[in-house]
Amino acid sequence: MLRIPCPHCGERDYTEFRYGGDASKVRPRHGSTDQRAWREYVFLFDNPKGWHREYWQHVQGCRQWLVLTRDTATNAVGEARLARDRDAP
Amino acid sequence: MVIIGGGGHGLAAAYYLAARHGIYNVAVIERACIGSGNVGRNTTLVRSNYQLDGNTQFFEHSLRLWEGLSHELNFNVMLSQRGQVVLAHGPSQLDVLARKGNIMRLNGIDAELLDRDGVIRLLPYLDYSDASRFPIHGGLLQRRAGTVRHDAVAWGYARAASRLGVDIVENCTVTGFVRDGDRITGVETSRGRINAGRTAISVAGHSSQVAAMAGLRLPVESHLLQAFVTEPIKPFVDHVISFGAELFYISQSDKGGLVFGGHIDGFNSYTQRGQFPKVQDVAECAVALIPAISRLRLLRHWAGIQDMTPDGSPFIGRTPLRNLFLNGGWCYQGFKATPAAGVCLAHTIAHDEEHPLARHFSLDRFERGNGYDEYGLGNRTYRQ
Repeated sequence: MLRIPCPHCGERDYTEFRYGGDASKVRPRHGSTDQRAWREYVFLFDNPKGWHREYWQHVQGCRQWLVLTRDTATNAVGEARLARDRDAP
Repeated sequence: MVIIGGGGHGLAAAYYLAARHGIYNVAVIERACIGSGNVGRNTTLVRSNYQLDGNTQFFEHSLRLWEGLSHELNFNVMLSQRGQVVLAHGPSQLDVLARKGNIMRLNGIDAELLDRDGVIRLLPYLDYSDASRFPIHGGLLQRRAGTVRHDAVAWGYARAASRLGVDIVENCTVTGFVRDGDRITGVETSRGRINAGRTAISVAGHSSQVAAMAGLRLPVESHLLQAFVTEPIKPFVDHVISFGAELFYISQSDKGGLVFGGHIDGFNSYTQRGQFPKVQDVAECAVALIPAISRLRLLRHWAGIQDMTPDGSPFIGRTPLRNLFLNGGWCYQGFKATPAAGVCLAHTIAHDEEHPLARHFSLDRFERGNGYDEYGLGNRTYRQ
């Protein structure tokens, strides 16, 4: 069972969370008409075999969006931070 | 010619390159041993009950190839056309199946709409009680659908291709591509360089890794799909049955085990090890459909790495790099597509153009706004 260390609620089963995909993507600016940038944001994936930063929402807990670091080759879990803090120093 | 990946699709493409295009100087490069990937990890179903124009013809072509495959390869792939029933659990779902059946029949494919009594006559062991969570309203039957012995597919194509002069190189890992500007001229492998006029990638779950060696980023995420086998029992489930209330499909193997599967686990992973909560989900589907099997024990369960695309449809065709071709992104439907994917990939390699049957499966369809979405079965489970 994949267990996710929620900063608010502690370590919980992944079934309490909703998966939100690759967190390393940067959304194009609102109103941007750059089709190439939108295509890359929406459709393309690095899909790494190894460490991956990804969104999870703790829907059955604190309902916060987290950014989890997980190794896709082993499912080893690294740190989880609140998504709203992810760019904080 | 080099084909990267000795799975069902890669071996089929090598065979059709030799048999249909007279191109015998082909090497299939396989990291492990042939048939050790998804061609041996699926639930062995073949069918052609699709409804989008393009998918319908592609998968029917594939089923027709399956029907002649044992003869063509002189290798018994044990095609068993036992029929597949897709269940409807309400009038509106049956309307959708009726529409799909009409599309199939307009394309010359067999399809029969069943009402509730028709399903009861065919599959008397499903749950028709008042207590059933999802009452069965009817179904759509394709009698020509069924199962194939999946390992035999890999071995049959490999033997037939090998006899025509194709080189199958096992335990050889591709480590990079040889480039000349925007042209691919060969591959670097763990056993040395191979120069090639044309190179194709056909590696299923590792499509992103191999494409990244060529500097390409694909619309693919790798997810786990689990499959399950119970202990063997006497002949009982003599059709392929697809549940209509969830993604769940079940059949019985020749050895007697019930073979079934469900959704992907829901987050991208290369571990080939499924998560336990999905075992429970799938077992709940099995018991909701057939209460009589509730006390069977699971013998084995395993996971394959599926190359999931945003619209649930694959790619067979050219890439932005010249002389490099891609076959991948097969999502849930790679096994049944094996013969047609091999034909289309061989055509693409031989002629440097897409096969007409694969015209909807181009790599650049998203940037053209032409996503090709049969079911809404993409890489995000919330769409399913």
